[in-house]
Amino acid sequence: MSSEIYEKIRRNPRFIEMVAKRNRFAWTLSLIVLVLFYSFILVVAFFPKLLATPLWEGATTSVGIPIGAGLIVFFWLLTGYYIHRANKEFDKANVEAIKEATR
Amino acid sequence: MTGVMARLGAALFAATCALPAWAAPAVEQTEQQGRNFHAIAMFAVFVCATLGITYWAANRTKTAADFYAAGGGITGVQNGLAIAGDYMSAATLLGLSSLVYTKGYDGFIYCISFYACWPIIMFLMAERLRNLGKYTFADIASYRLDQKQVRTMAAIGTLTVVIFYLIAQMVGAGQLIKLLFGLPYWSAVVIVGVLMVIYVTFGGMLATTWVQIIKACLLLGGGTAVMLLAFSQFGFSFENLFSQAVEAHKDGIKIMGPGTLLADPVTAVSLGLGLMFGTAGLPHILMRFFTVPNAVEARKSVFIATFCVGFFFCVVCLMGLAAMVIVGKNPAYFEGGNILGKMLGGGNMPAMHLAHAVGGNLLLGFLSAVAFATILAVVAGLALAGATAISHDLYANVVKGGKSTEKEEVRVSKMSSLVIGVLAVGLGILFEKMNIAFLVGLTFGIAASCNFPILILSMYWKGLTTRGAVWGGIVGLVSAVAIVVLSKSVWVTVLGNAAPIFPYEQPAIFSMPLAFLTAWLVSTLDRSPRAAKEKEAFADQLVRAQTGFGAAGAARH
Repeated sequence: MSSEIYEKIRRNPRFIEMVAKRNRFAWTLSLIVLVLFYSFILVVAFFPKLLATPLWEGATTSVGIPIGAGLIVFFWLLTGYYIHRANKEFDKANVEAIKEATR
Repeated sequence: MTGVMARLGAALFAATCALPAWAAPAVEQTEQQGRNFHAIAMFAVFVCATLGITYWAANRTKTAADFYAAGGGITGVQNGLAIAGDYMSAATLLGLSSLVYTKGYDGFIYCISFYACWPIIMFLMAERLRNLGKYTFADIASYRLDQKQVRTMAAIGTLTVVIFYLIAQMVGAGQLIKLLFGLPYWSAVVIVGVLMVIYVTFGGMLATTWVQIIKACLLLGGGTAVMLLAFSQFGFSFENLFSQAVEAHKDGIKIMGPGTLLADPVTAVSLGLGLMFGTAGLPHILMRFFTVPNAVEARKSVFIATFCVGFFFCVVCLMGLAAMVIVGKNPAYFEGGNILGKMLGGGNMPAMHLAHAVGGNLLLGFLSAVAFATILAVVAGLALAGATAISHDLYANVVKGGKSTEKEEVRVSKMSSLVIGVLAVGLGILFEKMNIAFLVGLTFGIAASCNFPILILSMYWKGLTTRGAVWGGIVGLVSAVAIVVLSKSVWVTVLGNAAPIFPYEQPAIFSMPLAFLTAWLVSTLDRSPRAAKEKEAFADQLVRAQTGFGAAGAARH
């Protein structure tokens, strides 16, 4: 029974568009996280001195501290951004596609 | 005494849990301390409360869906706390704070590595897990593939991870209770084993989730309280805290940047891979996604969990830094009053001593009780994940071919959790005097190289076939185990050989690509009619993954 409905949903142009958009969005965000995180790891491995630079002249706080904390906060904000768009945009397209298919 | 320390080498640090072997700066056996009645009393209160919850949950746990997934009736916020609880272990509190205490910035890098998996889980996995799965991640892996073969493979991956992780937790619990409560090792192992079996068999997922939620709140609250009290001594100024820490630490200004811990790029990247994708392959964490009613709540739970984990890591780092000054300069916390010598109770104690320094015996007792409660909650989650793999995957779908009744399935599940409990206690006692630092690294390695590749390929790659999934899983599992066994952590430290056969201790950078490559190659070469059908079935799977239409276990509560 559900196979027919799946077929209908699959052919729904708005569903196709949503899938493409969501894929692009999710992979872009993942790529941002992966690139930032592994760049950080590579800086740690190859240029550790960079992170040990004082934040301002005479400071004990190194640039590594705000960079690390910034990564943590930024990654969390990205998850919030994903939710925001998924709830508003993707879920709506889903509901409509299901509605049209089960009508 | 030193002889004992040297001979015995169970690692509280790595053992207490989520922290991999390579993260352990010091591997040590703890010594039984004087009885800590504050801690024991507060732990008793926690046990009574959780048993009350188990009684309440038992009355609400009737069907298989109740037992495995709390009937899908957990909200996003509750589940987020529970996920964070599963992830924040006693090792996070004790091990990471002590790592920051001894190494400074290197400890912070570990925290970030532990954290970075969560956004990836959000973007690529949370929704699909919820929409495709029912009770286990094998449900997803075998969605369009051969039920028996793929489920068996996934169950082997799950059980290996669960057993290794459980041993590590059990040994950690034993060491911790000697240190914090002043009770003998075996008593901790038995207490943990008995309570774990009670939570799981009577209360199922509902009780396990609530135990986890309470523990997460206690851990966050306790940690934050200690951090704030300590930070107030520096006038809540970061610069002030850092400069005093630099002054107090023997490495001076070096603690403000990366040190020697991750100087080797292969190790650093492998560590990152293992932590990131190992987390995404831990069965007890994946199982949490089936307890929420829909994808919206699944997303919300990752958002909450990410916040809690990130916040807690920052708290832990501040605790470690503050301890450099408050604990590190106080002779009362060192053997013989020598601040250059050994810390009382061993190298994992900075967080505990800090609690004592800023809040007296009461706060120390509280934090000790929380640390032990943390282990209890994590083992309950693990035991449930293991029992579910046995009953839902192996018994109901492989042995009975999906024809067993719900009642039988739940009964098998309860029996399995009893067996797992007995096994865990037995192994916990057996491994007391072994150096088990390698276990946690192995656990994450297997999760990243066996569970994760099968799962992510089945969700994202149309071309995956049964043969590809099974061979990919086997290669990932075997290579991860082989690398760890041939590396220094087992070959030299445990088996006593002179030199390691394999130079790196982190398997992920090698075993993960091997697993993916095998799965790809075997699937691509698979020209069987079954493979063609499996590839065709991906289109329907994708619709369900995206929309959740037809997804199992919608909320009934």
